[in-house]
Order: sequence, then C-alpha cells, then structure tokens
Amino acid sequence: MYQTDQYEGMIAETVSMRGHNGDTINAYVARPLGAGPFPGMVVIHHAPGWDEWYRECTRRFAHHGYVAISPNLYFRDGHGTPEDVGAKVRAAGGAPDARVLGDLDGANAWLRSQPYVSRKVGIFGTCSGGRQAFLAGCRLKGLDAVVDLWGGRVVQSKEELTPAQPVAPIDYTKDLSSPILGLFGNEDKSPTPEQVNQHEAELKKHGKPYEFHRYDGAGHGFFYYDRPAYRQEQAMDGWKKVWAFLERTLR
Amino acid sequence: MCTMIAHQVKVEGRGKSGPEWFEVREANVSYDHPYDLPLEHALNIDFVNEALGPGARVAVELSVEGARRLVKTIEAVLAQADQRGVLQDVPVVASPAPRPTTE
Repeated sequence: MYQTDQYEGMIAETVSMRGHNGDTINAYVARPLGAGPFPGMVVIHHAPGWDEWYRECTRRFAHHGYVAISPNLYFRDGHGTPEDVGAKVRAAGGAPDARVLGDLDGANAWLRSQPYVSRKVGIFGTCSGGRQAFLAGCRLKGLDAVVDLWGGRVVQSKEELTPAQPVAPIDYTKDLSSPILGLFGNEDKSPTPEQVNQHEAELKKHGKPYEFHRYDGAGHGFFYYDRPAYRQEQAMDGWKKVWAFLERTLR
Repeated sequence: MCTMIAHQVKVEGRGKSGPEWFEVREANVSYDHPYDLPLEHALNIDFVNEALGPGARVAVELSVEGARRLVKTIEAVLAQADQRGVLQDVPVVASPAPRPTTE
C-alpha cells in the first residue's frame, strides 16, 4: 500500500508495437515514473473491446508498480468507437487465436525491450482475455505468471470449435509454463463451476502450480464496476488476490 | 462475450445512426454480452454496412422474451400484408452510393 507522503507519477500513452506476422498495431501503455526496473504485465482487453475499463485497468497496474501494455487486439478490424469495433468482432465470432497469440507475444517482446522493465513479465485477462491469457501461458515462451479472470470457453466441446479458435485451451494444459491464478464466480454460465472444476483437475493432473478462487454471489465479470455484474466485496477481495499473486511471482 | 454465438444475414435496407441514414447491407445477430442492456447476455442485432466501416451500425440489444415477441410480430405483419395483397417482395434497385459516416 502506498503512503501519503511518497512521490508518485506515471506515464500513460498509446504506442506502436509489432504484433502477429510483424504487423504494426497500437497498444496502450502505462508505467510508473522512474528507472525501475519494474515487472511487466500484458493486459488483454475483454471481448467487448479495447475500452475505457481496460485503459483504467492498465493504469491500475502502473499504480501498483508494473509496466503494463494492453495491445489493441482488434486493430485489424477497423477503427471507431470501442463498441462499434467490438460489435464487429463479436459478429465474426471473436478474434482468431493465432493472431491474438502473435500480438500477445509482440507485447511481451515490447516490454522486454524497454530498459525500465525487469526480467519478469506476467499476463492478465478477463472474459475472453482470461481464456487468451491461459492460452498464452501454454503456447508462448517468456511469461512468468498468468492471471485468468473468468475466462470462458477454456473448456470447449467439439461443436464449439471454429477455424478461428480450433483447439480448446484446456487441451494445452500440459504445456503451461508458469503459475496461474484463476478467479471465478459461482453463478457464471461461461465458465460454469463444472468447467472450472474440469480445468482445475487438468492442472492437477499435470502438476501445474495454480491458485483458483471461487466466489459465491458473483457471476461473470464481477470486477466490472460499469455493469450490473459488479460485486464490490468479491471484486475487492479478487484484486487483493491478484496483487498478492503477482508480488510472489514477479518480484 | 464468451458465447461467440453469432450469425450474419445479408439484408437490403436503410438504417439511421445519428442524423444520417445509410445503406444497410448486413444484420449481425448474436446472443452474447450486450453493451448497455443490464443483462449478462442478450439478443443483439447490429444493422451494419461493412463497406462503410465499424461506425455504420444501428444496434439494438433485446431481452430473450422481447426478441421472441419481435420475431413473431415481424412474421405477423408480413403475413397480414401478404393477405391484403400489398406485399411487394422486390429487391431494392438503384441504390445511391453509400455515404461516408463519421466514426
């Protein structure tokens, strides 16, 4: 917890970075002032878009001493308001996993090329971003912590697989290369408590370090203060769990 | 947005977004997270024109019950028009060039 007499400042801005296939995309970066080195965090926006909640979330990580980068995963889908662009991607059935992974890998590389970033980088996502954070932890190299908040469709039936999302992330669990924190609401429909149990069983089976917390009285998206899903008590406890986990894994 | 249940249908029509009308070419129908309706999931319809960019969009977010009533009502209105012999099932012709929209 910061003290009232300490100096504090941050820089927050949009930057360009190299993403999937070497494409240039934009990203929002927030970092504490100072030489660091600070741990890095890749912040994956949720399916509704690269929106204000994610701007604030990125700055929140900087406020807690991390260099945070949130790549615009919908860069190639056109520009406009986050809602209009998000609606376009929703209609297309979501962003393709391969492209997302390429962009997240690029965000990690961007962080690691900055002189003020330490050698530790974690990844955080909510909703579809939680799923993508887990996927990244399994498929990419160089991530030291994964935070999966109510990532739906980690468990997918064959009927749910699409050309854009051809493999259920749970099938990659054996390749997970870092500790994972998962936070879930017991009233969520995606993922359901049963799917969370399935995911946990798979992590156990492969001996992966994990920490799952399930909240009663919460459903999907219980951190989103701008939606009726917000649950103050569970959200504040959840944030504490996030900071404690990252302190342990990235500092 | 975790259902990813979405379908697109080609349509011919016009939509109004702000003060301007634009040519609607597609309707995107999804059952997923809405942006404004205070529900976790909703039946969302976006009337769009992909050629004009993401800003060419008229959006509605409906409860399941509201969506079902709407479907029945559309069918009923079309049937009534057909019965009265006033239904003109003809394609739109001579569409004007799509206007650019502000985003």
